[in-house]
Amino acid sequence: MAKKTHVTTTINGQQVEFLCEARQSLLEVLRDVLHLTGSKEGCNNGNCGACTVLLDGLPVDSCLVLGVEVEAAEITTIEGVAQDSCLHPIQQCFLEDAALQCGVCTPGFIMTAKALLDRDPNPSEEEIRFQLAGNLCRCTGYDKIVRAVQDAGQIMGNQRGATSAAAQANGSRASKAKARAGSK
Amino acid sequence: MSSTTEGTKYKVIGTRPVRHDGADKVTGRAVYGADLRLSGMVRGRILRSPHAHARIKSIDTSAAEQLPGVLAVATRNDLPNLKDKIANLGEGAVNLAHLSANVLAHDKALYKGHAVAAVAAINNHVAEEALALIKVDYEPLPAVMDLTEAMRDGAPLLHDDVHTNSMGKKSEKPSNISTHIHFETGDVDDAFAKADVIVEREFRTASVHQGYIEPHVATALWNADGHLTVWCATQGSFTARQQTSELLQIPVSRVTVVPCEIGGGFGGKIAVYLEPVAAILSRKCGRPVQLVMNRDEVFEGTGPTPGSATRVKLGATNDGKLVAGEAWLAYDAGAFPGGMIGPGCMCVFSCYEFPNARVDGYDVLVNKPKTQAYRAPGATQAAFACETVIDELAERLGVDPIEFRLNNAAKEGTRRVDGPVYPRVGLVETLEAARNSEHWKTPLEGPHRGRGIASGYWFNIGLKSSAAANVNPDGTVSLIEGSTDIGGTRASIAMQLAETLGIRAEDVKPRVADTDGVGYTDVTGGSRVTFATGMAAHEVGLDIQRQMTERAAALWECDVESVEVEGNTYKANGNSITFAELAGKLGQTGGPVVGRAAVDPQGSSHGFGTHLVDVEVDPDTAKVTILRYTAIQDVGTAIHPAYVEGQMQGGAVQGIGWALNEEYFFDDQGHMQNASYLDYRMPTSLDVPMIDTIIVEVPNPAHPFGVRGVGETPIIAPPAAIANAIHGATGVRMHELPMSPPRLWAQMNKNGS
Repeated sequence: MAKKTHVTTTINGQQVEFLCEARQSLLEVLRDVLHLTGSKEGCNNGNCGACTVLLDGLPVDSCLVLGVEVEAAEITTIEGVAQDSCLHPIQQCFLEDAALQCGVCTPGFIMTAKALLDRDPNPSEEEIRFQLAGNLCRCTGYDKIVRAVQDAGQIMGNQRGATSAAAQANGSRASKAKARAGSK
Repeated sequence: MSSTTEGTKYKVIGTRPVRHDGADKVTGRAVYGADLRLSGMVRGRILRSPHAHARIKSIDTSAAEQLPGVLAVATRNDLPNLKDKIANLGEGAVNLAHLSANVLAHDKALYKGHAVAAVAAINNHVAEEALALIKVDYEPLPAVMDLTEAMRDGAPLLHDDVHTNSMGKKSEKPSNISTHIHFETGDVDDAFAKADVIVEREFRTASVHQGYIEPHVATALWNADGHLTVWCATQGSFTARQQTSELLQIPVSRVTVVPCEIGGGFGGKIAVYLEPVAAILSRKCGRPVQLVMNRDEVFEGTGPTPGSATRVKLGATNDGKLVAGEAWLAYDAGAFPGGMIGPGCMCVFSCYEFPNARVDGYDVLVNKPKTQAYRAPGATQAAFACETVIDELAERLGVDPIEFRLNNAAKEGTRRVDGPVYPRVGLVETLEAARNSEHWKTPLEGPHRGRGIASGYWFNIGLKSSAAANVNPDGTVSLIEGSTDIGGTRASIAMQLAETLGIRAEDVKPRVADTDGVGYTDVTGGSRVTFATGMAAHEVGLDIQRQMTERAAALWECDVESVEVEGNTYKANGNSITFAELAGKLGQTGGPVVGRAAVDPQGSSHGFGTHLVDVEVDPDTAKVTILRYTAIQDVGTAIHPAYVEGQMQGGAVQGIGWALNEEYFFDDQGHMQNASYLDYRMPTSLDVPMIDTIIVEVPNPAHPFGVRGVGETPIIAPPAAIANAIHGATGVRMHELPMSPPRLWAQMNKNGS
């Protein structure tokens, strides 16, 4: 039996250690060693995107990454997208916009969309279609997926705007407080 | 975008609730077949034939069996010898002896990728190593890949025991033509003689695959008590149970099939491949065995849908009336008889009134994987031919293509060539909706652009469905159904129960049960689930309502007859109680309330669609770009309009792929050259625009809410609509699918345009 390598990495914010054979892909490690089966295997050769995860913030086909390559990396899988039992806006919009039918490609689409919207919450339809072109969906014809990503981007943009406005508001309160403190 | 039942007499039907299984599917928690992990589970792999046609002289598994980590090896010797017996699988029938030989090759390998042996091992890698140690002695035989070649006398024969069945008569000599179908009505020759304009064209279409993203998977546990449990990705758990029990010759009562979430099917996940093999391996090693296909195995070892050769001849009079039709269709069946020629023959002229028509169809064996259903199986190839000729005929007559179709459209009372007479149907309404659409009314401008239109028809079947539901004390209802949910049918069925009981969609908790947990239910196929299982849910609702009425009467000590139900409220003699309040009092009025229903609606619900498309053709490369697309369909009643639109959009895009890119490439040895998603080119998000939809609702008189079934019709029209648009853009009429750049470029340059 093939010799195994010890790997330490971070998955969904938790430090994780595992042993893997040199020939095992990250997808195989996620699914079979760590039992994170949310990332799906559709082709195992980088053409369908169902296994997409974020590796140091970038979307990758986890079937094309070896388990031994992720030492000291930051990985986000579909299991790490919803926070504290609250769906992420992309997940919520996929549900409200009926952007899934069989759902097997959905985790991959959500990860790719997350990478895109984290960078730019207001992409054009063309940009969304270009970024999602590495993820195959055979059920929806993509229409409702593109719309869900547009809708999620709007929510994320608003949230970001609200957060920065809140930060500014906090900042100005803080400076006023400081000024008051200074005036004393 | 759509005109639907939204805002009419229904409270739940026509709304767009979040699907009940939604959260699991967007968080990665939904358990698909390959996600299942059982105690002690091991993995298996399948050895496949490297030859398109070969006699299997011997199989030596001894070296594989001795590899450390290998737990079991299976071959044809582990399958019972089955006599010819036809089993009905819901959408299509199968000869069990052939099915057995497809699951693990018997005397011959009949296509490259045909399963020959299987190994169970501690992991996939060891199993793969073991496959390389199995020695198979093949005697290669000449292969025949092209269906017209296969039809000729002297072509290599796939089976010695297949004779042509022509109208009930068997041919003397064995043949690759397994079936000849013939329909005729009126006096065809006389009608053509009197026609003013006749157009006759020949067509070819390539083999295409359903392309579901989830590969086939099955996990089996042959328990120590002799009971077999199979967890799998299937369109029909009862069909999978029936096939598995028949192939292994054990009673159905000893098999439980647990349907996992399923990652797409489109007709390709009805026949079993892995289930009996996993069962044999488990019986041999005493542990649960999971078999998952690779993508190349899906392409090479599971059903594509038939390639075809067709000829359609239509005659019309100068006043724009169709007077005669003649169609000759040959579909490849793949390696075993029983392709999609039957529905192809029934659908080729199904959109129009033909007073005189003749149809001949042939099911032809070739050394390709056994073909399987693919969304309206057989209809798309036929419609590509008929709708292209219809378009050319309209052009020759100088009639608008929508007007020409309206002049001849099938309607209530029209007799289809194969016999049935339509009840109230909605083709005319889809054509009128097309004519009134923004898309049609907006002129298409610019060079190298064209607009096309085509219509399509699919039966939509009924068949058997069972359901049961339990009323919970908080006024919710737990619904148990047998239809595997491929595209959101938990929601569309739950909504029909909710509507019946006057409660919210969210207050119904739907669950898809295994074969021991619910009554017999046919496959999720034939566009039947929202229709037939929805009908069962409605009847469950009526059953519950009847019992709740009795409980209200018990509560008020009055006659059952005096209790009236209005929405979710039960009333009698000035008393009034809601469904939820009454649900809370079941304990004091006689105990639990359980509703049940089993239905078996006969016949078809008849789905018609009309598609509009604008294309631009690159004059240098012949690449076709879809500029605008509108799918229009009579759905009867849209239960959940968002998922109805989704079916129409998804089907349209599958049709676009079939039209423009998708095909199996074989070399001269019969080896598929493009068995990957990289080379078998399905549409990506970048290849298509938004797909507009117009939902037309002509309620189906045979369903309590008017449902017609939706899923399959949308794939039928796209290839013809796009071919007609390409003609508008280039002046070239395409008669072969896919209309890929090399093929279209050749035609454009041949015609000098």
